[in-house]
Amino acid sequence: SPARELTQNPLQKTWEPYDNGLPAGHSAQRGVCMTNCPTLIVMVGLPARGKTYISKKLTRYLNWIGVPTKEFNVGQYRRDLVKKYKSFEFFLPDNEEGLKIRKQCALAALNDVRQYLSEENGHVAVFDATNTTRERRETICKFGEENGYKTFFVESVCVDPEVIAANIVQVKLGSPDYVDCSNDEATEDFMKRIECYKNSYETLDETLDKDLSYIKIMDVGRSYLVNRVMDHIQSRIVYYLMNIHVTPRSIYLCRHGESELNLKGRIGGDPGLSVRGKEFAKSLAQFINEQNIKDLKVWTSQMKRTIQTAEALGVPYEQWKVLNEIDAGVCEEMTYEEIQENYPLEFALRDQDKYRYRYPKGESYEDLVQRLEPVIMELERQENVLVICHQAVMRCLLAYFLDKPAEQLPYLKCPLHTVLKLTPVAYG
Amino acid sequence: FSPPLLPRKRIKVDAERKKTFVLKMPMELTQSRIQKIWLPNDNRPALPRRSCGPQLANSPTVIVMVGLPARGKTYISKKLTRYLNWIGVPTKVFNVGEYRREAVKHYSSYDFFRPDNEEAMKVRKQCAMAALRDVKLYLTEEAGQIAVFDATNTTRERRGMILNFAKENGFKVFFIESVCNDPTVVATNVMEVKLSSPDYRDCNSTDAMEDFMKRINCYQASYQPLDPDDYDRELSLIKVIDVGRRFLVNRVQDHIQSRIVYYLMNIHVQPRTIYLCRHGESEFNLMGKIGGDSGLSNRGKKFALALNKFVEEQNLKDLKVWTSQLKRTIQTAEALQLPYEQWKALNEIDAGVCEEMTYEEIREQHPEEFALRDQDKYYYRYPSGESYQDLVQRLEPVIMELERQENVLVICHQAVMRCLLAYFLDKSADEMPYLKCPLHTVLKLTPVAYGCRVESISLNIEAVNTHRDRPEEAKKGPNPLMRRNSVTPLASPEPTKKPRINSFEEHVAVSSALPGCVPQEVPTQMPGQ
Repeated sequence: SPARELTQNPLQKTWEPYDNGLPAGHSAQRGVCMTNCPTLIVMVGLPARGKTYISKKLTRYLNWIGVPTKEFNVGQYRRDLVKKYKSFEFFLPDNEEGLKIRKQCALAALNDVRQYLSEENGHVAVFDATNTTRERRETICKFGEENGYKTFFVESVCVDPEVIAANIVQVKLGSPDYVDCSNDEATEDFMKRIECYKNSYETLDETLDKDLSYIKIMDVGRSYLVNRVMDHIQSRIVYYLMNIHVTPRSIYLCRHGESELNLKGRIGGDPGLSVRGKEFAKSLAQFINEQNIKDLKVWTSQMKRTIQTAEALGVPYEQWKVLNEIDAGVCEEMTYEEIQENYPLEFALRDQDKYRYRYPKGESYEDLVQRLEPVIMELERQENVLVICHQAVMRCLLAYFLDKPAEQLPYLKCPLHTVLKLTPVAYG
Repeated sequence: FSPPLLPRKRIKVDAERKKTFVLKMPMELTQSRIQKIWLPNDNRPALPRRSCGPQLANSPTVIVMVGLPARGKTYISKKLTRYLNWIGVPTKVFNVGEYRREAVKHYSSYDFFRPDNEEAMKVRKQCAMAALRDVKLYLTEEAGQIAVFDATNTTRERRGMILNFAKENGFKVFFIESVCNDPTVVATNVMEVKLSSPDYRDCNSTDAMEDFMKRINCYQASYQPLDPDDYDRELSLIKVIDVGRRFLVNRVQDHIQSRIVYYLMNIHVQPRTIYLCRHGESEFNLMGKIGGDSGLSNRGKKFALALNKFVEEQNLKDLKVWTSQLKRTIQTAEALQLPYEQWKALNEIDAGVCEEMTYEEIREQHPEEFALRDQDKYYYRYPSGESYQDLVQRLEPVIMELERQENVLVICHQAVMRCLLAYFLDKSADEMPYLKCPLHTVLKLTPVAYGCRVESISLNIEAVNTHRDRPEEAKKGPNPLMRRNSVTPLASPEPTKKPRINSFEEHVAVSSALPGCVPQEVPTQMPGQ
């Protein structure tokens, strides 16, 4: 039978098969990773062990790399149902009314999970609750099986009282549950809340749970136990969880100083800094000096303008090719007017879907995200870092840290000669 | 912020804070001719060399294998070493068993390994020390970054000794323990790699198997597994349990250890086959033009049909098909009538300003670039384009996913295929750009013993030859040990103590030119240790 015709999608420049003028068959575009069945990630652990922190961070990462992910926090469902939180007594194991409500909330959340994964094209759902009993986890596994989801457990185990106390200060005292309490009252109540769970806590067990897929995180990442990773996405999740940390640090993002081509309104190329760009480089050196940062790492792209900027700092820096600006292909070194004149269709298409639009023989924002993923991974591993990069690149990195969706990413404001200082706080 | 001391600096004293910091004129940069890397004009000795890629490792690392015999330690050592060298981290294996074979010319029986055999214990300890001496040499004087110390290392005492050795020399230590109690797995390992070992050259299989099982027994009583919950709490380690079903990871210290853990968690030992081929001949191939995004020629379309037939005949369970996002590979895949995935990372090397030119046109219009490329084809980056070195970096996720998968057919391009092939066949950066990957030929790769068997299958459809040999006058490539920057694939260095079967080495020399020749099966790695 004759081979199907290939046509190039005008927006993304990808080749797709057509049969009699209609899009045919299944030629999959590999994004960063492919998932076939939806995956249900189930958090496990006592309160104040970082489950919600991990849920939110993991969800942010997966969405950024292009895997539609959503978290479902059962505590939130409980707050919506039980308008006013009174005290830890709600969580006592013999409080039947409480237990009923809590089970109801879990089921409501699972129902929303099903809707998201089976009807709303979600790929991954993160079920954020204590899930500390084997019975509860079996219910969830059954739910996963019935619906054709793969289930992956993420357990956080921590006995260090200092860590737990710090978590409570960071995220519990500000919880809606404790809006009318003093810090001391809140802390005392929360500690009793944790106690309510302890007796019935059944940690993931080497023997009893040997057929489950899971990662057990111990002592905020000192060690990990990984069991039966089933597929690519689980492998990526494990790798990510093993690279993140909670040590306080700051990430500085900025663009190179103004370049000669910036001055002429031309995009791309590999120009050097303008006079004002050099001034910026010097100011940046002064700014960095004043910040008094411990062990700052400096990263640049392999384009002249970021390297020149870094040179002014007088410290070692690393050049990453993957931090190079988006490749504008045939439009390199043109002004936007020239592009509009010479490539009016391309110009219009870009405004139509700026995230997915790929320049002819160039790249799209979507391509950028894929090539920046190792940078994000290494940023997670590092502590204080200054990244001197480019407009489109900086937008991608910023979107990761600020959890901005694809539609907003290409429009994030990243002006020249401005440093963005990012510091992790609470859940964001 | 304490700036390094530099020559010719202008020092400004901050009156308010009485701190001196350096204000320099932003330096002039020049772009290196081959790699197109921007570097400052001066050569400041005081400033640490700015690297051109993520720093993969700082202090040298000793990876210490741990486990009973036949648990896959050597398999892991060799595979990990191959991967690390390919991504540009100079790595070498030090197999104590090989030192022992040098010292004790003839292996008689498992009695050698009995814990009460004092003479033998002395010899074995000496071998371990000799290997450690070579580790030190490699890491401190031969620009090695990672040494894999491949031995059982089953006692705390032995591991304590290694930790002291590392501490004295400023090396980081990372333990990899393989734990497996499944008798089927152990028996399979023994058959795959032990029966053909030099130790059992004069034995039949049954006797060899029996002896080896007794050998394992010798270690069992004194085996102290790593205990990350208590005794070994402070060590950096990964415990691989039941061939990758389960992992225990403790105290990963740095980037390279994190990459090693990720790699170990993605590899598997299921039998499977990887097929590599290029797209069918393209219109541009016919015109002698490089790059671009042209469609298949008539002969290229014939190849696609022949490939379809070939794949059917292979009768594979669950074949995954991957292409690039360029039209010619996709057209080729279309003929297979199987679902396929398009990877942008598999696109051909970007020839930048030379895209869509013929080699003659390049020689005419960019004579200097043309000459530079022949000088140093691995590092050479096309202006506004890529180098083989860049390709390796972008192909790493492809390799990682290939490791996870089972049967895969990758339809790609010449330079890309050379990079992938260099990974599977452990070829150095120097050899990689000259590996033969002709059109209309499929390379069938099957894991066997410690390496990869490669079969070259021509589908007998005529095509142009796009291969250019290394020119005679071209300066030989750089010393593989000289790291120009962090991504420099090296072939895993020859083990310091060579295995005693010399005839296999000749096979290895021949096989490096093998792809493209008449189909034959040649083991490209030596089995046994």
